[in-house]
Amino acid sequence: MKRAYAIAKKDMRIYYLKGPVVIFGVLSPTFLFLAFMVGRDLQIDFLIAGLLGMTVFFTSTSVSPVVAPTETQSKNLERLAACPVSITTILIGDILASVFFGVAISFIPILLGIAMGVTIIHPLILILGIVLATFCFSAMGLIFSSTPTSMTSTVMMLSTMIKFPLVFISGIFIPIRELPLWGQALASLSPLTYITDLCRYSLQGNTYNYYPIIVDIGALVVFLVIFMVAAIKLHEKSLPKRL
Amino acid sequence: MQNVITVKDLTKNYNGLRAVDHINFNVIKGEVFGFLGPNGAGKTTTIRMLTGIIKPGFGQISIMGFNIARDPIKAKQLMGVVPEMSNAYVELSAWNNLIFMADLYGVPKKTARQRAEALLNLFDLYDRKDHKIKTFSKGMKQKIIIAMALMNEPEILFLDEPTSGLDVQSARLIRDIIRKLNKDGKTIFLSTHYMEEANELCNKVAIINHGKIAAIDAPEQLKIRIGGLQRVEVSFNKPADISALSAIPEIINIRKKGDKLALYTNEPGSIIYKLVDYSRANNLKMVTLHTLTPSLEDVFITLTQEVG
Ligand SMILES: Nc1ncnc2c1ncn2[C@@H]1O[C@H](COP(=O)(O)OP(=O)(O)OP(=O)(O)O)[C@@H](O)[C@H]1O
Ligand SMILES: [Mg+2]
Repeated sequence: MKRAYAIAKKDMRIYYLKGPVVIFGVLSPTFLFLAFMVGRDLQIDFLIAGLLGMTVFFTSTSVSPVVAPTETQSKNLERLAACPVSITTILIGDILASVFFGVAISFIPILLGIAMGVTIIHPLILILGIVLATFCFSAMGLIFSSTPTSMTSTVMMLSTMIKFPLVFISGIFIPIRELPLWGQALASLSPLTYITDLCRYSLQGNTYNYYPIIVDIGALVVFLVIFMVAAIKLHEKSLPKRL
Repeated sequence: MQNVITVKDLTKNYNGLRAVDHINFNVIKGEVFGFLGPNGAGKTTTIRMLTGIIKPGFGQISIMGFNIARDPIKAKQLMGVVPEMSNAYVELSAWNNLIFMADLYGVPKKTARQRAEALLNLFDLYDRKDHKIKTFSKGMKQKIIIAMALMNEPEILFLDEPTSGLDVQSARLIRDIIRKLNKDGKTIFLSTHYMEEANELCNKVAIINHGKIAAIDAPEQLKIRIGGLQRVEVSFNKPADISALSAIPEIINIRKKGDKLALYTNEPGSIIYKLVDYSRANNLKMVTLHTLTPSLEDVFITLTQEVG
């Protein structure tokens, strides 16, 4: 575990300031927010909850997928593969770095909301939700980078093709209960739905969540486990091909 | 004598191409084991398997009793690795690269700091410790990579062509360090293209060709067994007549090497008398005269040259 933290520390030093991380992590939620939410006659707490969900999603999927292709390209991976750490440890390190980034950046919309008069009704649930969601999305990010490529752009394209549609089906722009039945079914397949739902509950109040809180949390845990297991399996396969 | 590396029947295929072909060898504790072979012979592939970077297709590797397939973490904990084409993290400083390695090997913080400091001093890089690796020259990078491999004080150090592309001083520094580490009891596994380096450093060398081991022995043993003829190398102040020299019966073969002539023979002593006679008769002066026993390079050429 200490070794995973060492890897996370290395990732933080190297990747937080990389172009693709900043662009995809910080700028895309901002643009989506400006494009789809500002100007519509919506309540501020609805807006902030949506922005927060999106920010958590984009920031925590931005660091983890960059690491593997970059280190393939830069030949760091071979040295890492010779160290006494398992692939799981390496991946957990990458996830941690991504989680810290996601949690740190998520303070921006929260503070923005507070400045605009939003009250946090359930802070503990909010914190729990954000942490769980950042883990979940970071693990998801690792799946994008499990193709044995050294091209960061390929991974970015792949992840964008999946991430943007997810945003639209996840009840960020339109509340889930206003969606048609097929829309609700689709939304239930996206992990982003559940963290957004938690944000609504925490910022807007008890009646604004669509799923029971326990379902939201349970769903995030289930997604986390699925993503984690898949990421480990896929990276175990792809690592030898990277060398 | 204790085996620290035992390799049995090690084999690796890359899409039908057999890169390493059922090789067997042991490395004994405290030895500098040289691994020589032409480009593409399978040296790097073998080292990658020994260090657990890639999985063998077939065969077994044991590192100080740990089977690398079954106990990879424990086996890796005992080694230091300098891969052929590796890199330190260019965005990190020299210091952070070293500390990162220490963390990955579970070296306690205080020990790690002391070691990093000692190694930076040893490699004469202490004043650059806070500079990012991307500002380093090739030789400085290589030194940092070696320093990184020493952060866990490994029992076995694997070096894949550590002095390739380095200037004379840096290469010598690295050889000196290898010698010093060996004196301190470390086992060294070294692949190199420099015969003189192997000759100077190794207790034992293996010569690998097309994925198969062509010979393993101490350098001097190999020279006696495989190196072939002795030779006398001579240079004159004026060009000499090769055909006249080839009339000397003890000379088996003559090769021109720049301004020198290499005379291959079993009797270097009597050739020298004949050379003296020859230069007197032809009014030539000998500028240099050497008698040479076969070199490791001769052994290498004999074992790896393509037949036909
Ligand atoms: N990742 C790989 N995929 C496919 N073939 C490979 C791979 N790595 C090595 N090979 C092949 O395996 C053979 C042995 O290569 P290897 O790198 O082990 O040689 P080497 O002895 O280290 O050579 P050099 O002196 O050039 O470093 C070569 O024919 C090479 O083409
Ligand atoms: Mg090689």
